[in-house]
Amino acid sequence: MSEEQKPPTTPTPPPPAPAPTSLPVQPTMTRRKFLSWFALGWIAFSAAMAGFLTSIVRFLFPNVLFEPPMTFKAGLPSEYQVGKVDERFKIKYGVWIVRSADGIFALSTVCTHLGCTPNWLDAEKKFKCPCHGSGFRMSGINFEGPAPRPLERFKIELADDGQVLIDKSKSFHQEKGEWSDPLSILKV
Amino acid sequence: MAYQVDKKSWWEEFKQSQFWKSIFRHGAPTDKRNQSLVILSNVFLHLHPVTARKSGIRISYTWCMGGLAFFIFLVEVITGVLLMFYYRPTAEYAFNDIMALRDHVPLGIMREIHRWGAHAMVITVWIHMFRVFMTGSYKPPREFNWNVGVVLLVLTLLLSFTGYLLPWDQLAMWAITVGSNMARATPFLGHEGPGASLLKVGEVSLVHSGDDVRFALLGGRFVGAPALLRFYVLHCVFIPLAAAVLMAIHFWRIRKDGGISSPV
Repeated sequence: MSEEQKPPTTPTPPPPAPAPTSLPVQPTMTRRKFLSWFALGWIAFSAAMAGFLTSIVRFLFPNVLFEPPMTFKAGLPSEYQVGKVDERFKIKYGVWIVRSADGIFALSTVCTHLGCTPNWLDAEKKFKCPCHGSGFRMSGINFEGPAPRPLERFKIELADDGQVLIDKSKSFHQEKGEWSDPLSILKV
Repeated sequence: MAYQVDKKSWWEEFKQSQFWKSIFRHGAPTDKRNQSLVILSNVFLHLHPVTARKSGIRISYTWCMGGLAFFIFLVEVITGVLLMFYYRPTAEYAFNDIMALRDHVPLGIMREIHRWGAHAMVITVWIHMFRVFMTGSYKPPREFNWNVGVVLLVLTLLLSFTGYLLPWDQLAMWAITVGSNMARATPFLGHEGPGASLLKVGEVSLVHSGDDVRFALLGGRFVGAPALLRFYVLHCVFIPLAAAVLMAIHFWRIRKDGGISSPV
């Protein structure tokens, strides 16, 4: 290259070409080496993209949730009268606390048909859903309308201070025979 | 009179100007070459075929339902952007802003136009699919475009669904509560779906109401303020963008797959 770039005015003859016996210059990167770097690059790129995608999915789940907690205390068992449905915790926690002759249980206010919130009709002693007319007895058992199964009950037990403690993260389904679980009803 | 015939009109002069020629690089579409150039040199029109069979665009054959659906989409974009000037997607303001759009804003039927348009778009998309099905236009080589159309149908329904929550009244709340409860039953990803109970480490469930796909949709365990914001962003940005991209592909593939509604 360099000899061609010399100005033509230079009278000196070009230096002799390198001896033909010398070995060809070893390329800095062989074909095999290039392909392995190529694969490494693709692996790194794919890993980075997978990392980005994972963090984007994680982004959709906030670290702090401004919702009522899943567990709450609901006063002393003596506050509840037999045959009454307590609606104090309906709006905030979505729970009715029912005192039956057997004990105290926490009913979910989510209709098992499509998820609306039924109303407790004290005169008729039933829960009635305004969306599609499902009806439930005070026990939570469905008896009219399209609801396919009874209302769910939440885990209920006594806290150390003697108050009723309800844990909404554990629910009991009657149709699975889970209402016989001792944690589904607080015997008083 | 004679001098008027010789003189070029200002319009003809204007069409010779650099301003005009920098925008339109072809002559008037009076011959076949320029007619083609009109289509090919326009970014929007080039999605369409340069020519179409006369029988293929007969109104009794196509019902123009695809075109109508796209027209209504444009109506929704325009009215939707206008509504965004007044609507705030927060639990505190949303319902009041909906009332204000009716009572305090000129042309109080803007939201109704948007809502009627949404109904009309769902109807026209369904009729368009019915027509495509009945004319066999889903058959090769158009099978890919049929699938794009199916996705566009889903996006149309999702646009309606996400827009349903935005009035933030009782109907909206409970409709979305009911609708999003379906996501509970998603296989593996919904906490009440098949397979979700298998994904647990010891007694700790990996898929529960606080981390399943319904939670990602609502931003919470129930339809609250985060759900309103998420549905707003999905309704106004994410789904329309996805639909616009797919529509471009859809129209372009009509051209590439043998033109509109004729046997290939």
